Amino acid sequence: MAKKNSEEQRFTLSSSPHLSKEDDVNKIMNTVIMALVPAIAFSVYHFGWDSLLTIMVAAGSCLATEYLIKKMRKREVTDTSSLLTGILLAMTLPPGLGIGFVMLGSVFAIAIGKEIFGGLGYNIFNPALLGRAFLQASFPVKMTTWEAPQHLAMDAKSFATPLGGYKFGESVIQNAGDYIDGLIMGNVGGCIGETSAIAIILGGVFILVKKYADWRIPVSYLGTVFVLGGIFWLISPANYPDPIFHLFSGGLMIGAFFMATDMVTSPVTPLGSWIFGIGAGVIVILIRLFGGLPEGVMYSIIFMNAFVPLIDRYTRPKYFGEVKK
Amino acid sequence: MQVKTFKRGTHPPEFKELAADKKIEEIPLPENVFISLSQHIGAPCKPIVKPGDEVKTGQLIAEGEGFVTSQVHASLSGKVKKIDKYPSPIGTKPTMIQIESDGNDEPLQEWTEEDWHKLSIEEMKNRIAKAGIVGMGGAAFPTNVKLSPPEKKPIDTFIINGCECEPFLTADHRMMLENSDKLLEGTRIIMKILGAKRTIIGIEENKLDAIELLNKKTASESNISVQPVKTKYPQGAEKNLIDALLKRKVPAGGLPMDVGVVVNNVGTAIAVPQAVKTKKPLIERVVTVTGQGIKEPKNLRVRIGTPFKNLIEYCGGLTPDTKKIINGGPMMGIAQYTIDVPVIKGTSGVLALTEDITQKAKEFTCIRCGSCVETCPMGLVPTRLVRLIEFDKLNMAEEMGTMSCIECGSCAYVCPSNIPLVQRIKVGKQLINEKNN
Repeated sequence: MAKKNSEEQRFTLSSSPHLSKEDDVNKIMNTVIMALVPAIAFSVYHFGWDSLLTIMVAAGSCLATEYLIKKMRKREVTDTSSLLTGILLAMTLPPGLGIGFVMLGSVFAIAIGKEIFGGLGYNIFNPALLGRAFLQASFPVKMTTWEAPQHLAMDAKSFATPLGGYKFGESVIQNAGDYIDGLIMGNVGGCIGETSAIAIILGGVFILVKKYADWRIPVSYLGTVFVLGGIFWLISPANYPDPIFHLFSGGLMIGAFFMATDMVTSPVTPLGSWIFGIGAGVIVILIRLFGGLPEGVMYSIIFMNAFVPLIDRYTRPKYFGEVKK
Repeated sequence: MQVKTFKRGTHPPEFKELAADKKIEEIPLPENVFISLSQHIGAPCKPIVKPGDEVKTGQLIAEGEGFVTSQVHASLSGKVKKIDKYPSPIGTKPTMIQIESDGNDEPLQEWTEEDWHKLSIEEMKNRIAKAGIVGMGGAAFPTNVKLSPPEKKPIDTFIINGCECEPFLTADHRMMLENSDKLLEGTRIIMKILGAKRTIIGIEENKLDAIELLNKKTASESNISVQPVKTKYPQGAEKNLIDALLKRKVPAGGLPMDVGVVVNNVGTAIAVPQAVKTKKPLIERVVTVTGQGIKEPKNLRVRIGTPFKNLIEYCGGLTPDTKKIINGGPMMGIAQYTIDVPVIKGTSGVLALTEDITQKAKEFTCIRCGSCVETCPMGLVPTRLVRLIEFDKLNMAEEMGTMSCIECGSCAYVCPSNIPLVQRIKVGKQLINEKNN
């Protein structure tokens, strides 16, 4: 019996380790998608079924674009990262943008934002944000027309967002109730998926706990916005909004938890993550307070994305017992 | 008591429950043993017997030349049948001496005990060398060499490595429980040889019974202490263990003696008293035979040179879905293509892994998640090293610490893209060595 065993049994040969952790790329992507469900659900409640349609169109177009390009390159689609890109792009679009624009942004996000660099893992910029930046640059008016949330029963075709209100002098957020109901719960105007801080934090904390996002990035990003925004507010409360307002308005929460933490386009070193988050935070405050635009989250992340290779290079941890030459 | 540890690392499933409670058993003598002439680091031995010779248990059958080498002995009595090349569990095909057992296990001489306190340090080192003792944690570095640091490097601390951080393996754990007196005697002998002021026994906290037992036994000895360390891989990696216990960092490319430390594995320390007191050579070791592919996992005391096949048979054989046989643990052990390979001095475990545990998921491109960076116990950036190695930028890879990789496999274990990181870094280390020579 033993003889038979040693002659007939074919054993697999491979180099160690012989165990591997049960994580894989698709599990990470799908978990992040799951973490977006609260924010998606709120957007449907807030803006109506249109927002779900926008999300589905964006996700579908991203997947289709990826499939076509992969086919041209004679490759196969092996991961669900394009779905995530589509959902994230949709979350940053204003409600009622129009299906055509959504599709256009999605195609750009995947084709130029990701595949042109060689696909997942090789892109420099966050594809969803690049898609949004393209739409913003091409259709600035369309991208800044804010439909009123459906359940607020207002006829106004255009509706000021909290940040726009601050920038253009028609303040939306005035008392403590506005903070809680408006900024934190999300009953304000804005992009489809960015208004409810609480829904985003819920999902965001989930992926931090799962370690599918680096906690250092949201902590340093939000922390910098809070501290720097706070400093300006202390200097001149009449001219500058308070740090709580900074923290919970616009796209900062979704940016901090879901965009800046994109693994591919953020640093791999722990120190690099801190620098990345702090840099993005500084840019947000500069744009919000002194720039021509009301919101700076998108550009802050895209800008810092460009620095990632450099940051990684100069923040390599000292290896064990390294002797500096 | 405070639990110490090192930075980073990972925690793979332990699977220790398969064999942790199994008392060490002696297996029946095999019909044949195959004694490898290169089971240690350093020059291979030259045989001093020829086919047809009768040998006794413990008889010297091959000698090494030079300083870093070791001796090998007949692990049972019988007739030298063949001296030929056979597959070894470290993946090579070295010369081995095949001895056919006469079934009597007749010793070369009577091994009488002497009081080691009366022996000179030189004599004790000499006896350890002649007994062929090597590091039994896996690397198999000749112990007498390790115990002879140059005078310029005084040793103040001796560390017993009782971490056994590799999943599945329980041999060191069982030895600490069942051979604690020998372990402590070996410790005292080694401390005297080294002139070390103290010994720290580092044990992972998943072996509480061993920690308690050794604590009790060393209560009256102020210079031997037991220090629990966190159950984390690779806690038993020499440099990381020193860092955890003493906060001393062995410089890159250096040895523990550079920071005044010598580390020995539990099995090595246990082998020392017998060699020093009775001059009986090292002819057996404890091996954990385990894994989901083994019907009844056990800890076995076996003669060096016993084929894996005999060990597996004694443990009830393999399950039909066994896919991998490994010499050592699952994180750093070497996969075997046959179970005819013999146990060598560095074989800490024989592992049979089944399909569901070993199946490899598809490899994706790196998504730069940074898991490998957060895990690497040596503080390297594995994903970057691998890319540099792939693009033949060996100088840069070397600058970034490639040669410091201890090949523990943590990076490849955690990688969500299933990239064979450590495997590629091993290739890179070889390429860098070739470039520099």
